Amino acid sequence: MDFSLSEEQKILKRMAGDFLTKKCPKTLVREIESSDKGYSPELWQEMAGLGWMGLVFPEKYGGGNMSFLDLGVLLEEMGRACLPGPFFSTVVLGALPILDFGNEEQKQEYLPKIASGKAIFTLALTEPGAEYNAASIAVKATADNNDYIINGTKLFVPDAHIADYLLCVARTNEQAKPEDGISVFIIDAKSPNIRNTVLNTIAKDKLCEVIFDQVKVPEKNILGQLNQGWSAVQRIIQRAAVAKCCEMVGYLQQVLEMTIDYAKERRQFDRPIGSFQVIQHYCSNMATDVDGSRFVTYQAAWMLSQGLPCTKEVAIAKAWMGQAYERVIALAHQIHGAIGVTMDHDLQLYTRRGVAAAVTFGGGDYYQETIAQEMGL
Amino acid sequence: MDFKFSEEQEKFRQDVRDFLEEELRQGLWQPSCDAWIQGYSPEFTKRVAQRGWIGLTWPREYGGQGRSHIDRLILTEEMLRYGAPAAAHWFADRQVGGSIIAFGSDEQKRELLPKIIRGEAYVGLGMSEPEAGSDLASLKTRAIEDGNDYIIDGQKMWTSCAHFMNYIYLVARTDPEAPKHRGISEFIIETSLPGITISPTIDITGSEAWAEVFFDNVRVPKRCLIGEKNRGFYQIINQLDYERAGLERLMGNYPLFDAIIKFVKETKRNGKPLSQDTLIRHKLAQLQIEFEVGHLLTYRVFMVIEEGRAPTVEAAMAKTYCTDFEQHLANTAMEILGLYGQLVAGSKLAPILGMAPHSYLGSKGYSLQAGTSEILRSIVAMRGLGLPRE
Repeated sequence: MDFSLSEEQKILKRMAGDFLTKKCPKTLVREIESSDKGYSPELWQEMAGLGWMGLVFPEKYGGGNMSFLDLGVLLEEMGRACLPGPFFSTVVLGALPILDFGNEEQKQEYLPKIASGKAIFTLALTEPGAEYNAASIAVKATADNNDYIINGTKLFVPDAHIADYLLCVARTNEQAKPEDGISVFIIDAKSPNIRNTVLNTIAKDKLCEVIFDQVKVPEKNILGQLNQGWSAVQRIIQRAAVAKCCEMVGYLQQVLEMTIDYAKERRQFDRPIGSFQVIQHYCSNMATDVDGSRFVTYQAAWMLSQGLPCTKEVAIAKAWMGQAYERVIALAHQIHGAIGVTMDHDLQLYTRRGVAAAVTFGGGDYYQETIAQEMGL
Repeated sequence: MDFKFSEEQEKFRQDVRDFLEEELRQGLWQPSCDAWIQGYSPEFTKRVAQRGWIGLTWPREYGGQGRSHIDRLILTEEMLRYGAPAAAHWFADRQVGGSIIAFGSDEQKRELLPKIIRGEAYVGLGMSEPEAGSDLASLKTRAIEDGNDYIIDGQKMWTSCAHFMNYIYLVARTDPEAPKHRGISEFIIETSLPGITISPTIDITGSEAWAEVFFDNVRVPKRCLIGEKNRGFYQIINQLDYERAGLERLMGNYPLFDAIIKFVKETKRNGKPLSQDTLIRHKLAQLQIEFEVGHLLTYRVFMVIEEGRAPTVEAAMAKTYCTDFEQHLANTAMEILGLYGQLVAGSKLAPILGMAPHSYLGSKGYSLQAGTSEILRSIVAMRGLGLPRE
């Protein structure tokens, strides 16, 4: 039992924190939020130079040979900085699945490109039904000689407008049980007949509608086994959920620190508002939720990293994070008072991102059902 | 980072479970809520003692096992999971022994620690008074020097299992002229001394879980003073951390959690088990989420203790959070039972032995004992987060 970071993780955290404080100030975050691209290509290349995209790849693919847990530490710092852009899409949703389920040829083709910052990936999973289950996958891939033809609509696909490649989850067998007829394809995003529409979102990130209209993909681009893609997707969702929790821990840590600083500085009735018991107790509640969030998240990340079964722990982490997030952000706003609900203030950046993160890769209701099953109910 | 216990620790957990399973198999007691604080059984305590499981972390030279606080965490976790009647030794094992080790004389250590370890000394806590609750330092019970003795006069409240205990750990004012924090001392005295009267307090559940202890001209020898005279308040602060640090603040009513899960699986409504009702599934899943977080917050406290630091802030945080969970558990059980939740132990048709209404009522005290949630939140805010006093 040991909840502390290793020396190596502490160094990674400190370096990432310092780099992002310098290179990703809130002025840049705001600028990117209102840009079409949704990221800074210069910053992207600098991050690649630091080895962040390939952090968890083996050295032979240009990676740093670190673990999923280490990636979690980095994601926490990215969350803290509100780093906009396709890091999560590329690494968590693109690279990790290729690393896990790709054949050697696919790994050699894509991973070095990702590590060097030359390829942006994303995952086209959810559809207009907006669910994370096998039955909801309706986008169809039909065999045609040595190719597959993809048709249908994916929704809430992050960063598809700038992606070089899409991992697309599609139905390849309509006769089988829902979870037995799904395959994952690596699709060149510049293929003809793919139409992207960027949606306007609360987090001002770039979620897209992606319409596939007779899109041709070579058979060799199937990731993993034909018709057995759902188990891969489950693993992708599980890791993405925990990676999202790591970002959220970063959001929460920053929100807590901002709020405590404000409570110490802001004076009313001739004293700092942080000297009032009501404010103190709010802050205590926030700190408890933040610590709980950290432990429950890192427990899940550690178990995933160790390859231990952790369906319940992952579900608990993601369900808890959404709830804790809402409590913490509500108190943060209450303590900040009216200034906190302006666009000029940084708090809103976290409020908007957090509420989106809470539902991404499964919200409370989804995971409560998983937990109930794990409890034997 | 490592979120698992070691193999030896898991082996120890299994040993404790085997012991408790065997006790249950022999029908020596029934699992019950609050058994750590109300389940007084010197026989059980002696059987635990025979295993060497009292004073697990204490130095070997005084008969302890010199083991880690994580081992004690595991031991207590299993005792609580099984709802075992451990009240006779719980307080001595949790906090009094540690205070004797930290502040007691060599003579006191040699006399008292082995008695506790053998399961023969049952120590109640004499801290709160009618006018000294959260503001403990305002206590009025006096201990005045008289030759080789102290003469004690006053009244303590909320002493758990007082009528069964043979010792009491007493905090009393030894210098009425000094500022209130600087005139307090600690004693450990026998409850059989002339002038001590114990009168039970009937709590909201109808139990005699606590008692008032009256001291009328009680003469105790000076060797009963623990540590330095007038430094008692500073000595006891650390003991309070231990008092609130443990899993008993999360798992005090754990038997109810087990029972309500079993109940929803076995009880049918409209031909279907309650456990298939979406609302009930989500209520119980929610408890599981909160329970897991409570575990982690409490485990952290023990890692801090193991590092040799005082877990003041961490224990305050964990206790506040965890007692909220215990209350939520009791409330949820009452919601699930509906009209049947009104039926108390002994009533015809009372489900799960009336455990839910009993725990519902009893849990109101959880956020008051050992530091109210308000006092604890202030500790977290001021000592942990550095918020200003004024």
